[in-house]
Amino acid sequence: MSWHARTLTELATALRARELTSVELTRLLLKRIEAAQPKLNAFVSVTTEAALAAAAQADRTLAAGSAGPLVGLPIIHKDIFCTDGVRTTCGSRMLDNFVAPYDATVVAKLKAAGMVMLGKSNMDEFAMGSSNETSFYGPVRNPWDARLVPGGSSGGSAAAVAARLGPAATATDTGGSIRQPAALCGVTGLKPTYGRVSRYGMIAFASSLDQGGILATSAEDVALLLGAIAGFDPRDSTSVDRPVPDYAAALGRPVAGLKIGVLKEFFDTGLDPRNARCVRDALAVYERLGAAIREVSLPNIGLSVPAYYVVAPAECSSNLARFDGLRFGYRCKDPRDLTDLYCRSRGEGFGAEVKRRIMTGTYVLSAGYYDAYYLKAQKVRQLIANEFEHAFNEVDVIMGPTTPTPAFELGAKTSDPVTMYLNDIYTIGANLAGLPALSIPCGFVGELPVGLQIIGPHFAEERLLAAAHSYQRETDWHRRIPSGYE
Amino acid sequence: MYDSAPFFLQFANSIRLMDRDEIAAIAHLARLELGEAELAAFSESLTRILALVGELDRADTAGVAPMAHPLAGLSQGLRPDEVTERNERDRYQGNAPRVEAGLYIVPKVIE
Repeated sequence: MSWHARTLTELATALRARELTSVELTRLLLKRIEAAQPKLNAFVSVTTEAALAAAAQADRTLAAGSAGPLVGLPIIHKDIFCTDGVRTTCGSRMLDNFVAPYDATVVAKLKAAGMVMLGKSNMDEFAMGSSNETSFYGPVRNPWDARLVPGGSSGGSAAAVAARLGPAATATDTGGSIRQPAALCGVTGLKPTYGRVSRYGMIAFASSLDQGGILATSAEDVALLLGAIAGFDPRDSTSVDRPVPDYAAALGRPVAGLKIGVLKEFFDTGLDPRNARCVRDALAVYERLGAAIREVSLPNIGLSVPAYYVVAPAECSSNLARFDGLRFGYRCKDPRDLTDLYCRSRGEGFGAEVKRRIMTGTYVLSAGYYDAYYLKAQKVRQLIANEFEHAFNEVDVIMGPTTPTPAFELGAKTSDPVTMYLNDIYTIGANLAGLPALSIPCGFVGELPVGLQIIGPHFAEERLLAAAHSYQRETDWHRRIPSGYE
Repeated sequence: MYDSAPFFLQFANSIRLMDRDEIAAIAHLARLELGEAELAAFSESLTRILALVGELDRADTAGVAPMAHPLAGLSQGLRPDEVTERNERDRYQGNAPRVEAGLYIVPKVIE
């Protein structure tokens, strides 16, 4: 099998056995990235020189025989993570010229572990989007069919991993931005528990929902990287001070006896019956492995999208107030006065979807509307969190579809934002409740991958990864590579 | 392509129409300059979004406290009030649109 088709875990073994060097691996992937860029547009920046220098350093460490498990392995960073001395755009004209003066904690940890950054992946502007069409740098295309979207907002990371331009990528998830593109591109993606991974240096969208995570081709690889990025960070007061378990060691936990809840509401109208069939087939695999499956109900889960579209825009309108054209980022030409500078810099620097969310947030927080919208949404959010908690008294994990349909065509949902928002109908609940959730490939509709979502209680990442790993030992959906990228 | 009809969206509530002037007022609060075409587009899309959000009225939230933190019982920790970062003003100002003598330059504020 070609090197690019190997998992991170397999590549780690190969580097250690000196079957190939990190420089060879890096060169090979940079060449693939270059060839795929006109077709997929998965990258905003490719950091060729820095990558080759880091790989050469990694090879010296490997030769010395003292290398840690991640030394010399390639990684792609979503362009929402600040990278010291490297342009960090967040997919926006606002930050087109922004060179981050420091590393995000996630980036710093993987760098310290010896990983080699290949580049920064394209994304929806400020992570606001479900199709990667809101990026200032143009849409990313789905490697399974270039007429289709890869999902969003971590569409560049997902498309790159699916096309085997790199074995793994960082990503972030505020309402489904790791899991939804993972499903539409046929890769494995984990959104950890809120607070499990530091948000320091991760450009903020909605601070009570945002969480960094990993996209890779297997649960085993996700476990390897999660262990490296998780943990308390004094620079993020919302990161949780709690020991990081050995996720890789937990992968072997058996599925037999696992109580799986199937969310009744997720199989209601709106789910493409072809997707439903793939998910039901996956549940049958778990049943065969000895899991017990029962139906659970979250009566208010249907209100997660409305609650989200109050809470997330409210937090976004506040977080994005920092982009004022004064200290960094885009500034308009020849401002008449300070107000003109603010209004035009922001009006010209932000794209339509970001402006729409800032406007929504400003409205729901404005005098006289706060109780009706924000307070009500935070109550509904608590209600949904309570329902999840109740469900997890009965079952160990909840399984269901990640998305209502397979990947859709570019432009299909851009005319009405609400239609686009509803794509995240199955993923938003986990963000509202701060729960860990992952998506794994579980079949195909024609040539297009379908995702199975697994949601767990707070800090149950080991359980989710073990369940995903068991499934991936029984099936080979996660090993499928889009035609043209084999 | 299968048309995904949302399972809860009934738009049962009276839809609140956002007119052009109201949109312009919100845009000013948010310090966003919008053209006429954008004002018209946002009138329509914000009306749709508020109809979506209006679905929240259907939830019975009597006796439910608004969520304060996604992890129940957890509050954010405090650290000692000590200087922990180096002064890197020159580096940070490298990203500024206009700087002179270590100062951020803005249009005149006081006449």
